[in-house]
Amino acid sequence: MAQASFADQGADLELSGIRKEFPGFLAIEDLDLVVPAGSFFALLGPSGCGKTTTLRIVAGLEPPTRGRVLIGGNDVTHLKAYRRPVNTVFQSYALFPHLSVLQNVAFGLKRRHISGADSDAHEALRLVELDHVADRKPQQLSGGQQQRVALARAIVNRPSLLLLDEPLGALDLKLRRQMQLELKKIQSQVGLTFVHVTHDQEEAMTMADTVAVMNHGRIEQLGAPADLYELPKTAFVADFLGQSNLFRGTVSSASARSVVVDVAGQSLTVPANRSVRDHGDLTIGVRPEKSQMHAGSAQHPADHNVIEGGRVAEVSYSGVSTQYTVQFPSLGRVVVFQQNADSGGPVAAGTQVSVSWPIESTFGLHDHRTIDVTAAANDAQEG
Amino acid sequence: MRFSLGKWLLPLYTALALILLLIPIAYTFIFSFNDYFKTNIGWQGFTFHNWTNVCDAQGLCSAFGNSLIIGVTSTLAATALGTALALALARYKFRGRGIVSLLIFIPMATPEVVLGAGLAAQFFTLNVEKGMGTVILAHTLFCLSFVVVTVKARVSSLDPALEEAGRDLYASPAQVFWRITFPLLIPGILSAALLSFALSFDDFIITYFNSGSMQTFPTFIYISASRGVPAEANVIASTVFILTLAVVVTSQVITRARAKALKN
Amino acid sequence: MALAGFANTSSRRTSAPMRRSRVAILLLLPGLAYLGLFFLAPLVSLVITSFEAPNPESFDIGSYVYSFQWQNYVAGVAEYWPIFLRSFVFAIIATVAALIIGYPIAYFIGVFLRGRASLQAFTLILVVAPFFISFLLRTLAWKQILGDDGWLVTTLKSLSIMPADGHITGTAFSVIFGLTYNFIPFMVLPIYASLERLDLRYLEASSDLYARPTTTFLKVTLPLSMPGVVSGTLLTFIPASGDYINASDDFLGGPSTQMVGNQIQANFLKLLDYPMAAVLSVVLMVIIMGVVTFYVRRSGTEDLV
Repeated sequence: MAQASFADQGADLELSGIRKEFPGFLAIEDLDLVVPAGSFFALLGPSGCGKTTTLRIVAGLEPPTRGRVLIGGNDVTHLKAYRRPVNTVFQSYALFPHLSVLQNVAFGLKRRHISGADSDAHEALRLVELDHVADRKPQQLSGGQQQRVALARAIVNRPSLLLLDEPLGALDLKLRRQMQLELKKIQSQVGLTFVHVTHDQEEAMTMADTVAVMNHGRIEQLGAPADLYELPKTAFVADFLGQSNLFRGTVSSASARSVVVDVAGQSLTVPANRSVRDHGDLTIGVRPEKSQMHAGSAQHPADHNVIEGGRVAEVSYSGVSTQYTVQFPSLGRVVVFQQNADSGGPVAAGTQVSVSWPIESTFGLHDHRTIDVTAAANDAQEG
Repeated sequence: MRFSLGKWLLPLYTALALILLLIPIAYTFIFSFNDYFKTNIGWQGFTFHNWTNVCDAQGLCSAFGNSLIIGVTSTLAATALGTALALALARYKFRGRGIVSLLIFIPMATPEVVLGAGLAAQFFTLNVEKGMGTVILAHTLFCLSFVVVTVKARVSSLDPALEEAGRDLYASPAQVFWRITFPLLIPGILSAALLSFALSFDDFIITYFNSGSMQTFPTFIYISASRGVPAEANVIASTVFILTLAVVVTSQVITRARAKALKN
Repeated sequence: MALAGFANTSSRRTSAPMRRSRVAILLLLPGLAYLGLFFLAPLVSLVITSFEAPNPESFDIGSYVYSFQWQNYVAGVAEYWPIFLRSFVFAIIATVAALIIGYPIAYFIGVFLRGRASLQAFTLILVVAPFFISFLLRTLAWKQILGDDGWLVTTLKSLSIMPADGHITGTAFSVIFGLTYNFIPFMVLPIYASLERLDLRYLEASSDLYARPTTTFLKVTLPLSMPGVVSGTLLTFIPASGDYINASDDFLGGPSTQMVGNQIQANFLKLLDYPMAAVLSVVLMVIIMGVVTFYVRRSGTEDLV
């Protein structure tokens, strides 16, 4: 089987105390990270957060100012790029334009004088289903095909660690979704350790076992995609991964089970095990799709947080669901996603409503929102 | 198409300007067939004699041969030296970059007559006898800067990720250069070499200051200008013109065809 | 298995930056040595020669000794300032003329023919075609076309448009004509290069914002093609001001049209007055460097260098 020969186990990656300074700015600030062998790891963050620099330090293309890089337990910090058991899929693919697809894929094997380089290269091309274009030049291929050649060129070397630098960034949306599934499939086939850098939260969540959210050269939070989404620990993660309604208030009472926060006169509760802090100023939040909107006066279950006195300010209908922006005089704007399950049609703008959500869905953050949500999200998209 | 003013006025103007540009070429070509006697000025009648007996004009063919030797030699030297300089400037950080760039730029901004006189004064001071050697040294000098500029542009337009990909794929620095950088630079180096050859072949001013009694094609024409240039010189110029045109047109057609093939 | 090819990682520190600069020095050294030997040294010997005086112990013409004869400069400027003036006036007129004639050609190829690559290539080849034929021969061709026995002058004379004793060749007009003609391709190519990169949507945006075609040209197209205009004018002005073919008696010029180049050549190669040729060269070089520096600074295109 084609896959079998690639099924070497990947190696652990360990970064300890990595710091990278460029003239005039600090790209990475004391980064510690362990990526277990065989996992699909994503570094997620907006442009300029230091994720690509981290990747280049691992690849050996950039020396760290301080700290150590260990691959499979070996210190490779001072090892040159061409001596590291690491391969990269570059953002621009960086396929050599003067070489054929086959020569591109066989390039790394030939530099290491590995016998049977061409047959290994054909095998890798079969894995990405492109063996039939082996004799073409890279420029003759479509973007998606070039991307797969770049992948084949990297995995054919059976690196302990495969680095992917926004490899899907240049593809259109549909192709990107398709390649995400394909990459994931190939990773489970070859069993290598993948470190994937992206600014696309959906891409990170679909593909990776573990996601590290980076911001300003630091890792804000690290965990399984669902954990990050359900229980963000910082305002940046809450905003960058999906959307959040955040409320800043002061803790009025705290018990072993729950923390009650006073937000502009309204009492909101967060489970104690879902809150990072239990005293002083606290920002709590909830995802828009966990919230419900009720027109007029309604009975709310006891295990719900309820905010009253809102007025629908904006209605944005998108088929499957409707996004409402509800304006509260004291709390500002709250976003609610409502499934269009019943055929009643969307609630009209101007309607008086209340919003509620289960206490169990509420989370309490470590810090407070400092930047505008939408601006940060837009930055990330452009990066 | 885009602006009403340019719709017919601009193409017409360009056509007229191009005709003006091409008149001397046509003139030179036509007068290569002139059945001239002593001076090739007025039209005396049509003949193929000049084309079939080019070397009849005394000194012409040896001057042409000298031009070819000088062109090839100085192009080789300037291309080698200039490519190395271009690589250093585009790929390495070192102190004094600004001064080096300036030193490469100034020869291009120096009038040829000053370069020629300077070199001649230098050779005179050092008691070097003028001849083909001094002309080759001089041509290498003024071609050098043009090579640097042309090749440097090509190096700067290379995606640095290609070289990084080479390092990532286990190629040592030397292998990265010879297997990736250099092959990708070949088109730039070739066009720099062609430019060098053209500059050297057509140079008169610097050559005249440093050639002594040796003649190149341009100095031959200059010296014969006062008593009349033989029509055989027109034959050589026309042949060079046709050959160059053929090379340029063919390379255009090939690149175009290749680009088309790549699209499919 | 996969890791077998990789030797156990050592923490041996390799001095990457050092090595980089060593390669750079190897690459730089031959070229810089050449420039030093055959560009800087000749300039220095030119300056030294310009201070020489006739050798008092020798009666040979062309024998000089160094004596810090700064009066050479006074004599040179006093004798030749009208010729310097003429050279720069000719060169400036020719540059402006080449710009006026060349810009529309460049615009036609770069903007009007946009999207028709074959036509663009064809027209460009026609523009550079004069380069493929000897500079001296094409100038001689004009001499013969514009000469007193040429059909143009005879026709003009027979139609009484030109006085019977009139000439075209040997006049300032024909020298400037020759300079303009010979350097038009140098003007067209860089302007074309910057117009070719010009995003046509800027022009559409400008006309969308109520600019008339002339305003669009003056406010959008021209500023965006300035780098091309700057290099084109320099590529024309510098060789034009030092040229001596067009102004030479045997080509398009006459005794009243001599330029600095002719004087340098005559002093150096005919009169063997090396110090005077050197003085003229140094002064020409200094003036041109001054003009180039000023011009490049003013137009804000220093990255040209």
